[in-house]
Amino acid sequence: MNSDYVVKMENITKVFGKVKALDHVEFSLKKGEIHAILGENGAGKSSLMNVLNGIYVPDQGRIEVKSQTVTIHSPKDALELGIGMLPQHYKLVDVFSALENVAAGSRKTTPFLNKKKILDEMGKLINQLGMDIDPNKKVYAMSVAEKQSLEIFKVLYRGADILILDEPTAVLTPQEIKNLFQIIRKMVEVGCSVIIITHKLDEVMEISDRITIMRKGTTIETVNKKDTNPEALAGMMVGDVMELNVPWVEVTRGEKCLEVKNITAIDKNKVPVLNNISFDLYAGEILGVAGIAGSGQKELCEGIAGLYPIKSGEIIFDHTNIIGKNPEDINKMGISLSFVPEDRLGMGLVSSMDIIDNVLLKDYKNTKGMGISRVISRGKAKALVEKLNVSTPTIENHAVSLLSGGNIQKVLLGREIELEPRLMLTAYATRGLDVRSSQIIYDLLNIEKKKMIPILYIGEDLDVLMSLCDRIVVLCEGKVTGIVNPRKTTKEAIGLLMSGVTEEGKEK
Amino acid sequence: MIHVIKKDVPKTRDKILIRVAAVVAALLVSSIIVIFADANPINLYMGIIQGCFGNLHRFAATIQFMVPLLVLSLGVMVAFKMRFWNIGAEGQFLMGAIGATLVVRIFPNLPLPMMILTMAVFSFLFGAIWLLIPAFFKAKYGTNETLFTLMMNYIALTIVTALQYDFWKDPGANGMPKIANFPANALLPSISGFNLSIVFAIILVILAYFFMNYSKIGFEITVLGESENTARYLGINVTKTIIIAALISGGLCGLVGMFQTAGISGALSVGITGGLGFTAIIVAWLSGLKVPFIVLNSFVFAVLLQGGSYIQTAFQIPGSVAEMIQAIILFFILGSEFALHYRFVSDKKTREVA
Repeated sequence: MNSDYVVKMENITKVFGKVKALDHVEFSLKKGEIHAILGENGAGKSSLMNVLNGIYVPDQGRIEVKSQTVTIHSPKDALELGIGMLPQHYKLVDVFSALENVAAGSRKTTPFLNKKKILDEMGKLINQLGMDIDPNKKVYAMSVAEKQSLEIFKVLYRGADILILDEPTAVLTPQEIKNLFQIIRKMVEVGCSVIIITHKLDEVMEISDRITIMRKGTTIETVNKKDTNPEALAGMMVGDVMELNVPWVEVTRGEKCLEVKNITAIDKNKVPVLNNISFDLYAGEILGVAGIAGSGQKELCEGIAGLYPIKSGEIIFDHTNIIGKNPEDINKMGISLSFVPEDRLGMGLVSSMDIIDNVLLKDYKNTKGMGISRVISRGKAKALVEKLNVSTPTIENHAVSLLSGGNIQKVLLGREIELEPRLMLTAYATRGLDVRSSQIIYDLLNIEKKKMIPILYIGEDLDVLMSLCDRIVVLCEGKVTGIVNPRKTTKEAIGLLMSGVTEEGKEK
Repeated sequence: MIHVIKKDVPKTRDKILIRVAAVVAALLVSSIIVIFADANPINLYMGIIQGCFGNLHRFAATIQFMVPLLVLSLGVMVAFKMRFWNIGAEGQFLMGAIGATLVVRIFPNLPLPMMILTMAVFSFLFGAIWLLIPAFFKAKYGTNETLFTLMMNYIALTIVTALQYDFWKDPGANGMPKIANFPANALLPSISGFNLSIVFAIILVILAYFFMNYSKIGFEITVLGESENTARYLGINVTKTIIIAALISGGLCGLVGMFQTAGISGALSVGITGGLGFTAIIVAWLSGLKVPFIVLNSFVFAVLLQGGSYIQTAFQIPGSVAEMIQAIILFFILGSEFALHYRFVSDKKTREVA
C-alpha cells in the first residue's frame, strides 16, 4: 500500500506571524496520478506546495517522499528527491535559446557546453513527450505557451518525476490548454506523477484522477474524480454559509448613479482583462463584486478611477462619460477609490508618512500657492483617529506602516469617507483584518450606504459579500457571468459563476 | 545555519550607541595601520582635530570642504527622495563649472555682483540640463537612470579635458595645459578664507528644508518616490515631477561648480571635483535624506577630508594612510547601518519562535 504513494504529507502546519497558512493539512500523491488541488485564493494551495518544494519549512508535520521520511530545506533538496515545481512566473533567460536555458544550472552539464550531447538528450525527451520545443529558438521569440513548455521541460530534464504545476492554465488560451493537458498525460505515461493547482472546475474534471479540496488552510477532503461532480466540488470549495455579524441594512435604493456599459480593456500582452462588462450602480446600494483573484477586479476599479486604460465602452457618471478623463478630474467629480492591494500600502497611502501627511495627500492641492499647510490635515487626522478609534501612539512622526493592518485600513477608508465622496469604490477593504477590525469597516460602509452613497465593494470572502451587499456582480476571466441577489441565491451558485459556469443563478 | 532578519525600527538610544561603537571600532582598527606607518595613533587622531580646528585658517579649509559637499548632498537628496538614483553629481558639478567659466569668457568685464549672479544662473542651468537628459529618457522611455547619470559623468569629464587641453587652453601659460584663471571681478569675495559660497550654502539649506517639507512639489516628489501607484492615483503628473526634481537636483550640483571655480580653485580644471560628487551620495544616504542631518554629516566628512590632508604634512605619513583611515571609518559607519536594521538569527531559534 505504502509504496503506491510517492508523496505523503501528514499534519503539515505552517504559521506566518499570527496567520495559520496551513493547519494540519494532509496530502498524498500516488505514483502516476494527476492530482488536482482545488481551492479559493488564500486557501493554502500554494503554501502547501511551497512546503513540498522546500521554499517553506513547515512548523509541524511529516513529509514522506518515496517511502522515506525527509526534510526539505530548499528547492535543490526537493529536486534531489525528484520533486520539481513550475514557477508561476517563468525564470528564463530571454536572450538564451531553449537549449542554453536548459543547460544553464543543470548539474548534468560539464563546464564546457557540449551542445550536441544536450541536443541529443533533449531530442529524445521532446519526442517522448510530444512537446513542441525548438532547442535553438531564443526565449524572447517564444509565446507564453512555449515558455511554459520549456519550463516544464527544464524541470523534467533535471530529473524530476514529481511535477508541481501552480495554476499553469491561467495564462493560456483554450487551445494551448489542450496541448498542455496532452503533455501532462504523456508525462504520466512515462512514469511521472503530477500535482496541478487550480481553481477552474472544468479543468479539474477533465485532467485529474484525484482531487484535494482546500479551504482556509485546511484540507476539506480528497476525492476520486469519478465519484464527484462540479456542484459538489464548488460546495466543498466555498464551504457552508457562515453566520457572520455583517448585517444587511435595508435601504430603498435611489436613482441610478453609475452606469457601466460594455467596457473592454486589454493588458500588455493584448489579453482582454475586462471583456464587455456592463452593470448599474444605484444610490444607497452596496454592489458587491465577486470573483477568483485576477478576474478583472483590479482593472475594473482602476478603470473607473481613470487609472487603467479602457479600450471601448462607456462609464456614465453624473450624465457624462468619464472614460478618458484623468484620475485627478475623476477624483474631483467625487469618485473615491480606496484600493487595498495585496501589500496593503501600495496605493492610497504612503507607508513612510504619518497619518497627517496621509490625510494631506488628498488635501494639499486645495490650498493656493506653492506651499502646503498641515493645519487642516492635522485637525482632520485627529478627528479621524478619534472617530474610528484608530490605535496609534501619535498622529505625527509615526509612519502608518508601523500601525496594525486594521488601523491602516481605517485610516485609508476613514480619509476617503471624510472627503464625502459621491461614489465609493473599495477593493479588499478588509484584506488581512481580523473579525473585529473587519466589523468596524463593514459598519462604516453601512453608514455610508444609509447616507445614500453608492458603493462598489470588491471582496474576497463570499460569506461577507453575501451578507453585506445588495447585489453581487460575479466576474470570471474579465467577463460578467452573473449579477445576483445574494438573498435569492446560494453560495454554491455563486461559486459556479465564479468558475465560469453561467447556466443558473442569473438575476431575472 | 544562520540567516539575517530585519529588526523593528531602532530606538534613538540604540542608534547613537551603535554609531558611537562603530566610530570607536574604526579608530581602533585604523590604529593598527597608523602603527605600521610609524606614528602614534593618539597623536595622529589629535592631529586630525588640530588640522580642522587648530586655527582660523585651518577651520576655513574645513568649511571649504564642507560647502561643496553640503550643496552637492542637497542636490543628490532631492533626486534620491524620488528614488531617482542620480549618481551623476560629479558630472553636473563639472558642467556647472563649465557654465561659470563660459560666463567669464563671454562677459569678462561684468561688475562683480552681476558676474556672480550670471555665473550662478549659468552653472545652475548647465548642471540642470546635464541631469535633465537622463531624466527625460527615464520619464519618457523608462531608461535606467543609475547607469545613465554615471556615464554622463565621463562625458562631462571628457568635455572638460578637451577644453583644458585644447579649446580653452591658456596661451599665456607657457604650453601648460590649463585654462586661464578667473579675473578678480569673477572671484567670490572672501574674508580670511571664508568666501561668499558659505552664504549661498546657508540660504540653500533653508530653501531645501522648506522645499522638501512645506512645498507642494517637494511633497509630490516624496510621494512619487514612495509609491508611483499612489502618485498616479492622486493625479500627480509623474513626468512633470521627475523633470522638476531633476532640474533642482542637477541645478544644485551645478551651482557647486561655480562655488569651486570662482571661490576656491579660481579656474576650471579636470581635477576640480576631487570626487566630492560621489562622497555626496554617501552623505545624503547616511543622513536619511533629511536636511538637518545632511548639514551635520557634510561637516563630519569635511573634518575627515581636511584632517586627512593635514596629517599627511604634519606627521609625514603617506597620503594613502590618511585615505585608508578615512575609508576604514566610512566602512564601519556604513556597516553599522546594517547592524541598525538587521540582526543575525540562527535557524534553530526561529523554529522555536514559530
